[in-house]
Amino acid sequence: MKNPLDSLWGTLISGLILTAVLAIAVRACLS
Amino acid sequence: MELVPALARWLHILAGIMWVGLLFYFNFVQIPALKAAAADGTAAGIVRHIAPRALLYFRWSAVVTWLAGAALLGGQFVAAFTLRPGYAAIGIGAWLGTIMLFNVWAIIWPSQQKILGLKPASDAEKDRARRVALLASRFNLMLSLPLLYFMAGGLTHRAAFGL
Repeated sequence: MKNPLDSLWGTLISGLILTAVLAIAVRACLS
Repeated sequence: MELVPALARWLHILAGIMWVGLLFYFNFVQIPALKAAAADGTAAGIVRHIAPRALLYFRWSAVVTWLAGAALLGGQFVAAFTLRPGYAAIGIGAWLGTIMLFNVWAIIWPSQQKILGLKPASDAEKDRARRVALLASRFNLMLSLPLLYFMAGGLTHRAAFGL
């Protein structure tokens, strides 16, 4: 499997996914 | 608005713009440009004159951003970093920024010193340093997305306004 950090698009998509995961986790912690 | 938090917030945003702006510059402009420049033999100018200056402002703006952020958190520093109830959002942002600062000083800068010839290194070590620096820089670019999400959210957070 190719490392997503090898491409700019892969990096940005990984960042968006990480943002969503952390936002959901924080929301779960706050509620 | 109290003077110290106001100055800390102002400095945090100013230095943060420079840090993340240069991170974006490296990833969106310099790395692709270096590939093209290496192909036509014009990379030396970037390596000799642009990269060292960009890295100087990059690594020190990272330090100023973190210190100003710590000053802004003030007495809520521990609450943020331990993700206490009500501090999870700004705490995640603070942790992401801290990981990025560590990457800059412990991985990216030592690798760049070898790449730029500021530290002695064999060709094999330089090749490895290029790979490590690229991945660390991309890792920070990836982290900058949630970082900015949580930091922007933190502006309305109790840690920012002391509510």
